[in-house]
Amino acid sequence: MQQETKTVELTGAEIFVRCLQEEGADLIFGYPGGSVLHIYDALYRQDKVKHILVRHEQGAVHAAEGFAKSTGKPGVVLVTSGPGATNAVTGIADAYMDSVPMVIFTGQVPTSLIGNDAFQEVDTVGITRPCVKHNFLVKDVKDLATTIKKAFYVATTGRPGPVVVDIPKDITAARFEFSYPKTIKMRSYNPTVKGHPGQIRKAVDLILSAKQPMLYTGGGVILGNAAKSLTELTRLLNYPITNTLMGLGGYPASDRQFLGMLGMHGTYEANMAMHHADVLIAIGARFDDRVTGNIEKFCPHARIVHVDVDPASISKNVKVDVPIVGQVDPVLKAMIKEIKAGEARPDQEALAKWWKQIDEWRAMDCLKYDKTSELIKPQHVLETLWRLTKGDAFVCSDVGQHQMWTAQFYGFDKPNRWINSGGLGTMGFGLPAAIGTQIAHPDETVVCVTGEASIQMCIQELSTALQYHLPIKVVALNNRYMGMVRQWQEFFYQGRYAMSYMDALPDFVQLAEAYGHVGMRIEQPGDVEGAIQEALKMKDRLVFMDFVTDQSENVYPMVPAGAGQNEMILL
Amino acid sequence: MRHIISILMENESGALSRVAGLFSARGYNIESLTVAPTEDPTLSRLTLVTRGSDEVIEQITKQLNKLVDVVKLLDLTEHRHIEREMMMVKLKVQDGEQRAEVVRMTEIFRGHIIDVSATAYVVELTGDSPKLDAFIDAVRGFEVVEVVRSGVMGIARGDVALRL
Repeated sequence: MQQETKTVELTGAEIFVRCLQEEGADLIFGYPGGSVLHIYDALYRQDKVKHILVRHEQGAVHAAEGFAKSTGKPGVVLVTSGPGATNAVTGIADAYMDSVPMVIFTGQVPTSLIGNDAFQEVDTVGITRPCVKHNFLVKDVKDLATTIKKAFYVATTGRPGPVVVDIPKDITAARFEFSYPKTIKMRSYNPTVKGHPGQIRKAVDLILSAKQPMLYTGGGVILGNAAKSLTELTRLLNYPITNTLMGLGGYPASDRQFLGMLGMHGTYEANMAMHHADVLIAIGARFDDRVTGNIEKFCPHARIVHVDVDPASISKNVKVDVPIVGQVDPVLKAMIKEIKAGEARPDQEALAKWWKQIDEWRAMDCLKYDKTSELIKPQHVLETLWRLTKGDAFVCSDVGQHQMWTAQFYGFDKPNRWINSGGLGTMGFGLPAAIGTQIAHPDETVVCVTGEASIQMCIQELSTALQYHLPIKVVALNNRYMGMVRQWQEFFYQGRYAMSYMDALPDFVQLAEAYGHVGMRIEQPGDVEGAIQEALKMKDRLVFMDFVTDQSENVYPMVPAGAGQNEMILL
Repeated sequence: MRHIISILMENESGALSRVAGLFSARGYNIESLTVAPTEDPTLSRLTLVTRGSDEVIEQITKQLNKLVDVVKLLDLTEHRHIEREMMMVKLKVQDGEQRAEVVRMTEIFRGHIIDVSATAYVVELTGDSPKLDAFIDAVRGFEVVEVVRSGVMGIARGDVALRL
């Protein structure tokens, strides 16, 4: 650490609050308890750091994820020891899988009691170790400020991720001179920023030699703030592009070059183009099994360029030909420069043929659905939502069929507007994530797309939304089934719907009203548009729209587990 | 293929469990593991032996490097290197003939007898793992009471070194 700021003696709790202020972390999500009472008292006695009180610690972490994913800034969470920490674990694991920059502070029993099975004691560092980027136990108040600095540094640099800082109660009472390091250096942690120039040159040569190229980009583009550079490169090349679930919004969905999402529920054209590509340009994507399908059959003809900030993501699942370790944005900028400086250009003739082939695949219209149905089709709800919000809302999704339909039917033209749980697939993510997103963007339209199963996993957060006057628009696609489970049971278990039926559902209209919000129940396709319009007009109220949808609707296309990308089930 | 990976890491509580946890979480196997602080007390040196295809070993080294507590690592099997393991064996000895035989074996294997009692000898032996295995085989005729092995440690030959 270098140049320390002025020194004053403070308690650990006060040091904690000052550190947050110095970090510019002026918004935290949390829930108090015994081990963090000194910290809550210190928070009470200041007004720079605002604390959002959730109703369950899992909600605090998801809310902080929503905040982080929609702003690019680290999310900050404060919970107590024991159950506070264990309740937060699902959210922490979620943030780890989706590489969300987060710092989670957990209270801990006093150092003298650690290991004694004290009240509300749990080995937080041990429990969270496999699902954090790093974690710390603070054993001395003199290390507190430096540890917090390190936590933010590790969480936000390289491949971002959650960092847990476990703080025993006595540390928050002990006194020490406060000084916050301006910068930090860790000998064991030096993430790569710039890509290797030689590799970039090799990549550009390969990219320009392609006859059937394909850009495949993921969440790294969003996290690395590289949507602008990606768009520039893609347009410069006139190559087709697909985004992963996490990468949606990294390239404008309304653009002609965009083939939609790829993978298990990706579009026919995106998956077919992947399968037939001769050069694959993977950027900030990690070849997840939901993307590749059967790895043996994945992109059989392609030579692969892979740009990623995390060296361990390269050649993990799929062997690549030109690896580039570095932050996505500087690498893309270097590629653009290299292309512009050189004389080689894409093979226009080959490209014209390739686009013709892609347009044929596109003509399959793989996302078609029955528009004459007397039942509400979930796709219709999402298309209408997209149209009425001009494709410009922040959309926070839960997990399941509704998530896939949103990814397919709500085209994002901007990054950071699509907020979902991709890696871990956490039901219950949507509502608290919408809370964090709405708090970060008070004047924007924030929608939570959910199902009647997912919403019940964190429904208590409706209370948080009331407390902070958050006018979230909840779009619940209610098909009285755990839809994705039902779909798999229909396809792969001969229709034995084991435990996927949501019996004894609450009346969501009354439930929303009981929480102080507006509830609507929509049962006719003809009422969908009017209901959404009405809800969007209520700028200062949370509106819970309970859409009673077609129970038998499935998500198409579908690449069954173990199949190749070109082996899709189509409607 | 068998690989010996040497790791310099922060000498902090929890660092070892990060390494061990990584192996169990990702389904890699550890054949042996040995760790102790270095001459620089802020650093520990950990040596582990693992097996895997080239791809798996590449992932293991990348994932290890990703751990924030890992400062530097070296796959010794990529370089000319020396490996050693230490073993202590307690053998039951009944009579003078047996005692003489144990002494002979120990001499052949260039070990030392480091404890003598009325009924047992403790033999100390250092070498690569196959040599220690061979000794165990050679004394099968005796009653082997206990075997303690340190796990493999290693160092690169010549100028190659794992240091900051």
